[in-house]
Amino acid sequence: MLDVREIRKSFDGFQAVAGVSFTVPRGSISAIIGPNGAGKTTLFNLITGHLAPDAGQVVFKERVVTGMAPHDLCRLGMGRSFQRTNIFPRLTVYQNVQAAFVCHRGRGWNLYTSVERLYRPETEAVLESVGLLDKAGEISGFLSHGNQKQLELGITLALEPEILLLDEPTAGMSATETRESIRLIERIAAERGLTLLFTEHDMEVVFSIAHRITVLHQGRVIADGAPAEVRRDPEVRRVYLGESR
Amino acid sequence: MMQYRRAPWPLLVLVAAFFVPAAGSRYYTFLANDVVIWALFATSLNLLVGYTGLVSFGHAAYFGIGAYTTGILMKKAGVTFLVAFPAAGLVAGLLALVFGFFCVRLTKIYFAMLTLAFAQIVWAICFKWNEVTGGEQGMPEIPYPDFGWLERIGTVLPVVGGYRTSEYFYFLTLVVVAACFWILRRIVGSPFGRMLTTIRENPERAEFIGVNVRRYELAVFVLAGCFAGLAGGLFGIFNRGVFPDFAYWTKSAEVLIMTLLGGMGAFYGPAVGALVLLWLNQQIVSFTEYWPLILGSILVTLLFVFPGGLAGALGALWHRLARRPTGA
Repeated sequence: MLDVREIRKSFDGFQAVAGVSFTVPRGSISAIIGPNGAGKTTLFNLITGHLAPDAGQVVFKERVVTGMAPHDLCRLGMGRSFQRTNIFPRLTVYQNVQAAFVCHRGRGWNLYTSVERLYRPETEAVLESVGLLDKAGEISGFLSHGNQKQLELGITLALEPEILLLDEPTAGMSATETRESIRLIERIAAERGLTLLFTEHDMEVVFSIAHRITVLHQGRVIADGAPAEVRRDPEVRRVYLGESR
Repeated sequence: MMQYRRAPWPLLVLVAAFFVPAAGSRYYTFLANDVVIWALFATSLNLLVGYTGLVSFGHAAYFGIGAYTTGILMKKAGVTFLVAFPAAGLVAGLLALVFGFFCVRLTKIYFAMLTLAFAQIVWAICFKWNEVTGGEQGMPEIPYPDFGWLERIGTVLPVVGGYRTSEYFYFLTLVVVAACFWILRRIVGSPFGRMLTTIRENPERAEFIGVNVRRYELAVFVLAGCFAGLAGGLFGIFNRGVFPDFAYWTKSAEVLIMTLLGGMGAFYGPAVGALVLLWLNQQIVSFTEYWPLILGSILVTLLFVFPGGLAGALGALWHRLARRPTGA
């Protein structure tokens, strides 16, 4: 589904991502882990077109999409959520998700009909599945952090993605919120048959749901495989797991 | 949520506006005409500032170009208003397409500065190109549209007869601007309008729901230029002449102040801003020569006390009054 080949990016001589390759099979749940500054977010930005790589390729659904603009990737079926919560703060919860439907279904250039009633059932279905239907009329900027994360997931789901890239989906959440939102993500991925690629700092979360784990350290892959293998890997234990235990 | 019927305020205001020449003096008709045209100009700017989050410091360029287009066509080529007026929107829109192509490549203050730079180029051309624009002297004596047919109707239907040409022009302005407002209102309430607000709220996220941000920005830049051009076309005739300062940066600042004063969060905010600012200007100028000082003080108060502008302040007041009786 997604194939990253020898991708590289440096900022002012600092190699943030130094030749990373990995594969995300269709229908899998994959995680990228690594200590702070390992290059996870940069890697995400390279995949989703927010940054152009210095070298290497991103292949999505058998198509080379390296350097493609985010809005085009989005249309191809790549959905992304952000580490820092990224919503439309002065729009209502309903409008946030509805806007995503309007744009994704190609109605954004309609200048004459009213937007209010468009995609109402679809929008409500998404809000229902992320558990925000009762807050549909609220201004999204006033929601709690956890709710905003749910909303962000809702916006991304409205784009009907085939692969979902989640950058630290539980960042800044309490233990309870983390558990709930992971359960939510897992359920939605299963219901919709989504492929999932996420970065995460909470090891418990990663080892409980991921099928494959890629470990990044100083911009390089130091281990890649099933959770059990990665857990046993001596290098991983030294640079990463050892640190956090 | 409580549902209550709202009065069709815009329609009531429009109907009331038709009675200004009959009820008020010549002076009030003049003031009302000025307000109506500036209301359109300010609302066109609000497409950019309020809805898309793009601050333009050079919106007067399109106003000026519209004024010159209609002026030149009507005065020098003797073209009828029916052609010369839409041409103002068309030419201004085309110019906005060319300038906007470059402007939307920049963001924030750089965008604002580039719009200003282009506007100053337009002003300089209007100022120097004597053969076409009349240069520094401008182009006086733009003719009014022909209202003979209205006079003829007036002989049968006494209600429409017996007004001055300037008053007929005021009625024409009302009809045309009302139509423009209706179109603008549709645009901001459309899916396209919603996409613009996502760009205002969060351009990065907008990209990743699939919005081609630059293309939408360019489209709205052209639309805003087009309606500013139409306002300019009307203003040239109203002003009985077109002058280079129509495109000067002070005009851009004036319309931006109106938009902020009225409140860019509300559709009719800029129109309210135009009304209040022009009326205040007329009132205060007769008492003191320090109008800019007073304008500055108003702005400072506004920015600190009512960041939502007059429309925002009125809205907040309305909510408080509406809630009190229920005891909520």
